[in-house]
Amino acid sequence: MPYQFTVSPDFTPEHLSGWHIFNTWLQKRLSFGIHLELYDSFEQQRDAINSDKVDLIYANPFDAAMLVREKNFIPVAKPKGKHDEAIVAVNDEHAAKCIEDLQPGTSIASTDDPDVHMMGMLMLEPADLNADNTTHTQCNTYVVVAKELIRGQSDVGLFLAEAFNDLSGMVRKQLRPLVSSEIFVIHHVLMISPKLAEQKTKIIDALLTMHDDPKGPGVLESLGVERWEAMEHEDMEFMIDLMSTLVE
Amino acid sequence: MQDMNPDDINGEYREVVLTFHDGSQRKTLVTDIEAPFPDGRLIVSRTDPAGIITHVNQSFIDMAGYSEEELIGAPHHILRHPDMPPAAFKGLWETIQAGNRWQGYVKNLCKDGGYYWVYATVIPNTRNNEVVGYTSVRRKPSRKKIKECEALYPTLF
Repeated sequence: MPYQFTVSPDFTPEHLSGWHIFNTWLQKRLSFGIHLELYDSFEQQRDAINSDKVDLIYANPFDAAMLVREKNFIPVAKPKGKHDEAIVAVNDEHAAKCIEDLQPGTSIASTDDPDVHMMGMLMLEPADLNADNTTHTQCNTYVVVAKELIRGQSDVGLFLAEAFNDLSGMVRKQLRPLVSSEIFVIHHVLMISPKLAEQKTKIIDALLTMHDDPKGPGVLESLGVERWEAMEHEDMEFMIDLMSTLVE
Repeated sequence: MQDMNPDDINGEYREVVLTFHDGSQRKTLVTDIEAPFPDGRLIVSRTDPAGIITHVNQSFIDMAGYSEEELIGAPHHILRHPDMPPAAFKGLWETIQAGNRWQGYVKNLCKDGGYYWVYATVIPNTRNNEVVGYTSVRRKPSRKKIKECEALYPTLF
């Protein structure tokens, strides 16, 4: 039975085929079967994790902490120079010019992406906004978040910066970022389950030399990743500590 | 820890001698110039169990005004502002040494004598059931909270 690989559901649509190509490349390099299973939501993915169906995962930083602490997953690599950053944006015609202009009662649109929601809510704190004095609409995609703002149905949208920048020019020009995060230390992590622990060295070696492989750079490009970097256990612990300070 | 240097100070200043928990003292030079907390940033540092700085991020360096070399190895109270009531830090240490998270609003002192307000969270870093240090993350506080602290803190001395 092949191992199961899954990817945090917050990947941008243009990288969908990239993950399939990466999975094919990885199977050839590792010489064992890996099935790529993509889930539509974080909830579905967490159900699969809790059922111990997942062996290899490109994990959202929010889930990475849980995977290490509760499921004994092992971090193996991180995408070089690629951080998770969030943007808080409004309709371009919205009266708010800065975060501090927002008032209690502000309506917020976001996806189920947990780290973006967390970072976005942190950036609303200077206006004394929190879950208790705002309303929230959860959307399936960042395009739907953008539409919420354009139609005037929500005041602010919380976006993964990469997703905001991937919106069409037509959509983006109707929106205005109020603030962009510059955190730099929160990022996705490629992790393996204890079932794959014996293959750890082989997997890390394949990933860290991928950019030197004849087909590697093309596969990496399809993922929007320059190259993989080592993710030491202490790096992971540091990110978990940092996330712990941010989660109320 | 060295006293603050008048050559580093930007603007008119007053002198205040701080006495720390270990009995050591430092002459601080303090101005009324506030450095605004930059939007979207987090200020991150780590210390060893004794409060000696082992890691700072770029936002920490930018706000504090010290170089990374000056900060690594220095006690975290290099940022202590004389307007902060000692009771706040006593509570902080008691909380984190008990293994818990501490959160609070802190007025920090810059190398140039200015200050900046933060909303700080400090947690113990536990590895193999042993506390190996502390991580502190500061985020931008609201002006309303700062005003409340400016009214409250002088009453706590």
